[in-house]
Amino acid sequence: MTTIVYIDPDGLRHDVPAEAGSTVMAVAVKSGVPGIVAECGGSLSCASCHVYVEPEWIDVVGAAADELELEMLDGALAELEPGSRLSCQVPVTEEMDGLVVRVPADQI
Amino acid sequence: MAVSLRELGHAGPITLVGAEAHAPYQRPPLSKAYLKREATSESLSLREETFWPKQQIELRLGVRVHEVDLGRGRARTALGGELAFDRLALTTGARVRRLTLPGAELDNVLYLRSLDDADHLAAALSAAERIVVVGGGFIGLEAAAAARSKGKQVTLVEALPRLIMRAVAPVVSEFYLQAHRRRGTRIMLSEAVTHLEGREGRVTGVQLASGAFLHADLVLVGIGIVPRTELAESAGLEVRDGIVVDRCARTSDPRVVAAGDCTVFPSPMAPHDMVRLESVQNAVDQAKVAAATLMDQPSEYAATPWFWSDQDDLKLQIAGLSNGFDDVVLRGEPLEERFTAVYFQGDRLLAADCVNRAADYVTIRRALSQGATVRRDGLDDLSVPLKSLVVMP
Repeated sequence: MTTIVYIDPDGLRHDVPAEAGSTVMAVAVKSGVPGIVAECGGSLSCASCHVYVEPEWIDVVGAAADELELEMLDGALAELEPGSRLSCQVPVTEEMDGLVVRVPADQI
Repeated sequence: MAVSLRELGHAGPITLVGAEAHAPYQRPPLSKAYLKREATSESLSLREETFWPKQQIELRLGVRVHEVDLGRGRARTALGGELAFDRLALTTGARVRRLTLPGAELDNVLYLRSLDDADHLAAALSAAERIVVVGGGFIGLEAAAAARSKGKQVTLVEALPRLIMRAVAPVVSEFYLQAHRRRGTRIMLSEAVTHLEGREGRVTGVQLASGAFLHADLVLVGIGIVPRTELAESAGLEVRDGIVVDRCARTSDPRVVAAGDCTVFPSPMAPHDMVRLESVQNAVDQAKVAAATLMDQPSEYAATPWFWSDQDDLKLQIAGLSNGFDDVVLRGEPLEERFTAVYFQGDRLLAADCVNRAADYVTIRRALSQGATVRRDGLDDLSVPLKSLVVMP
């Protein structure tokens, strides 16, 4: 079982079991991790599922590269960092066991 | 609403009652990925099952409240049960508008609003060959695109002179007409349905007022939704094509708030206008406002409306509300299926419809949320970056 670690805007840590085939966004939303709003449900139309992938995990997850994701990231409320991703575009894989992402305080 | 109440610190009991048998789920994929069977029903659920008891939010599923007694603080269910409350939130949504013509009760005349509808429609779609879609709004067009992607023959009929007439400018309507036709959907405008024909209880065709007859083994009707206001009316609340609420989501009774498709309220863009917004964004943002009101921490609804529609590879993102526009400026070329229509009322930026132009969408959405406008000089020139035209207040 893969576990994703979310550090929420208050600094609290949420360890959430995640199934391959889901996305980092869906795992967070379904278990109620605070701060990931994902209003459009993963349609790349809201930019409110923004997360910061921790530096040591950027290679595994990949930096944002898709043109549409990059354009939508530009609409994210919080400052962008090298690890910024729209979490609806990050599918969960086994290599991500223990992945740590930080949730920005401002999403929407 | 329930989730926001807990986030705002409400510690007391919360009961979420719904007539549908399913735990809360997202509707937008029902006319998109789910209809194409590219998403599972599990992926639609808004929260995992354990979330609700962990948050101490009691779910009463498959329970229809059919009467509210504000005086006694009781909600009576269809089976005669009673739920006591101090404060009440009505998020009753809307029901589909139904055809009332002869033949409307035939089998395989289907609607699309709920998960059950979508399951029924997806099954019927796989067995059908000739689909007629009645209604050229977002639901009709999304479903037509889904059906066509499954190799079905699709004809869409719209009573008004253009597609999505209630929400977009003529140039955008025309774009969709051509784009769908290019992809093989037959579209007939200014066509009213007079009746449906059937054999052995199942639909076989659609008769149009112009005289044309369309053979069909499946008819999908997408002619709009009607807000569910019966409970509000029974409780004596003010209702006017929706449950009337103010900018803090309060109904005409201080104990009751309402949010989402069921409400009518002062437009965030033009407070003298009352609007009913049929969107996920409104449901979510208005519910947050309503929750804040229930927590005695009222804040006015100020969120910039936005909306999206995915039809094939045509991604539409709308920022703002274009009602009342007097000018539209096109950026990009509709024939290239990448363009933005920017709506103005005088000098005031109202909205933008962005087709496959997400960068423009985020720029306009941000500008609207900041009360900014855009300069018209250079707006129709793609070599001028849109961001450079934004004028802060």
